[in-house]
Amino acid sequence: MDLNKEQLLAFYKNMVTIRAFESKAVELFAAGQIPGFVHLYLGEEAIATGVCACLEKTDYIASTHRGHGHLISKGGNLNFMMAELFGRTTGYCKGKGGSMHIADVDLGILGANGIVGAGMPIATGAAFACKYKENGAVAVAFFGDGASDRATFHESLNLASIWKLPVVFVCENNGWAISNAQKDHQNVTDISDRATAYGIPGVSVDGNDVIAVFEAADAAIERARRGDGPTLVECKSWRWRGHFEGDPGAYKDPKDQEEWLAKDPIPRLEKNLLKLKYATKAELDKITAAAQEEIEAAIKFAGESPQPDPQEVLTDVYAD
Amino acid sequence: MKQMTYAEAIRDGMRVEMQRDPNVYLAGEDVAQFGGCFGVTAGLYDEFGPKRVMNTPISEAVIVGHAVGAAAAGLRPIAEIMFVDFMGCCMDELFNQAAKMRYMFGGKARVPMVVRTPCGAGMGAAAQHSQCIESWFTHIPGVKTVMPGTPADAKGLMIAAIRDDNPVMYIEHKQLLPVPGDVPEGEYAVPLGKADIKRVGSDITIVTWSWMLQKCLAAAEELAKRGINVEIVDPRTLVPLDKDAILKSVGKTGKLLIVHEEVKTSGFGGEIAALVAEEGFDYLDAPIARLTPPDTPIPFSPILEGAYLPSEEKIIKAVEAFF
Repeated sequence: MDLNKEQLLAFYKNMVTIRAFESKAVELFAAGQIPGFVHLYLGEEAIATGVCACLEKTDYIASTHRGHGHLISKGGNLNFMMAELFGRTTGYCKGKGGSMHIADVDLGILGANGIVGAGMPIATGAAFACKYKENGAVAVAFFGDGASDRATFHESLNLASIWKLPVVFVCENNGWAISNAQKDHQNVTDISDRATAYGIPGVSVDGNDVIAVFEAADAAIERARRGDGPTLVECKSWRWRGHFEGDPGAYKDPKDQEEWLAKDPIPRLEKNLLKLKYATKAELDKITAAAQEEIEAAIKFAGESPQPDPQEVLTDVYAD
Repeated sequence: MKQMTYAEAIRDGMRVEMQRDPNVYLAGEDVAQFGGCFGVTAGLYDEFGPKRVMNTPISEAVIVGHAVGAAAAGLRPIAEIMFVDFMGCCMDELFNQAAKMRYMFGGKARVPMVVRTPCGAGMGAAAQHSQCIESWFTHIPGVKTVMPGTPADAKGLMIAAIRDDNPVMYIEHKQLLPVPGDVPEGEYAVPLGKADIKRVGSDITIVTWSWMLQKCLAAAEELAKRGINVEIVDPRTLVPLDKDAILKSVGKTGKLLIVHEEVKTSGFGGEIAALVAEEGFDYLDAPIARLTPPDTPIPFSPILEGAYLPSEEKIIKAVEAFF
């Protein structure tokens, strides 16, 4: 597939924005400015970027505990995201959700999720609603290699396959289920092999190659929109950080880590852009600098935003 | 008014709302042509077709979980779980997802869904198909819990549950399904959070719901013959709970017996007792009593099951112990 200059530059901008957001989150968490748990997407930026580039605003995603990249890629507002990490009233969830529960239902973002594997049934249901309403929209469930061992994986793929739902299951195989390497928690190498059990297509792609991710996602999403049912897309990548900030990741072999750091998806796209002469190095650096500025502005917005009124604990439990 | 059974009344409630609102649909195990394990959904498939009455695989997590996503995306699912005992297979979807979505998202989501599920003992179905576990659900902020005890309430609460913009656990009792009664026709809704005084009396208040309501009503007739005039308060919905109705009744009678089919420890009766102790202590002229099954799994043998369950005789004895 020929991706044009604008598309590839948009990928680049999105990836460096995620990178900047997450890099700052490392610093802010270490400085004690972000309470709770933070799970970072560093190294996996190509996946959300490539997948969400195929989606419309009216499409749905269900995200994970490692959700910042998905949210940014689906159009999430950086100020509201950062303010939510800070627990401020201006945050997406008024400070009630935090990093693990950021959502923007108007953008089709049905939430990050603190429960591993919980997004798949939700995306399946959103896809059911799309089919029921015949509105042409689709849903994407993001989940990790660890989540592919959960019962919700089986139940969701099975139901989606018999009901032919417009949903794409995007497995972000980052090699690790917390401290368990993939080979220690499942007896398959390609998680996409599991698609066979549901009679649906399954593909594995290099998750650090945004173009490969886009092409696989685009085919799967088009198939879903046509009414031909779900696809399992496995994107192989690597979690650069520990499971959460504060986990030094001592269980990783430093050699593996080094090898994967060298496969950084951003320089890889950069090389491509330069080769195609879609941009000069200076132009790309400018895009990166602009992204970093946006994140700085988001941090300023978050830091200057008011803390919630303690009375807020009581609101939003039930809809009237 | 029309005579119908409790099961027909539940179905009538679903039918009325499915006719009124095209976004209402029903999904669950064997709910389509088969009509549900207890026949409650019989005929709905023929009336509304395969788009709106859907069989699912034996997959409780995705039955409830897909309903969360569908509700967040604008539909109004009725998800059937064949026995309340199977809720253990889908609790995450209820208590971490459906219940908390609105709050976690800062009030920016709506999750209008009903989980319909039968509870209760009395048919020799043993420990995994007979339980009452309503306090599992009342303990979850964000979920409403509905437990109709008559055909009219079964219909009215079903309509209100479907129209509610929150996740609602609608728990019907297997023993009540064939029970007949007068049921209002058409769009009859019973507001959630409004108790009903099922019997007016002056000597003692019994708070009870679901099948135990019928047992208590029968016991009250016998007690009347013995000179004890029982008032029966049926909260109908445990969350939201009509506290005022309970306190008002206890204020009138000065005595409170709570009868439920859940086991005693951490059962919802403890919550009602605490409510009256905290807010109605001065009304009481005797200690509060609870009549419940013992803290055991439910046995299979009809003899043992009978020993387990509160009965008319046990209720009469528990009331007479006050006097």
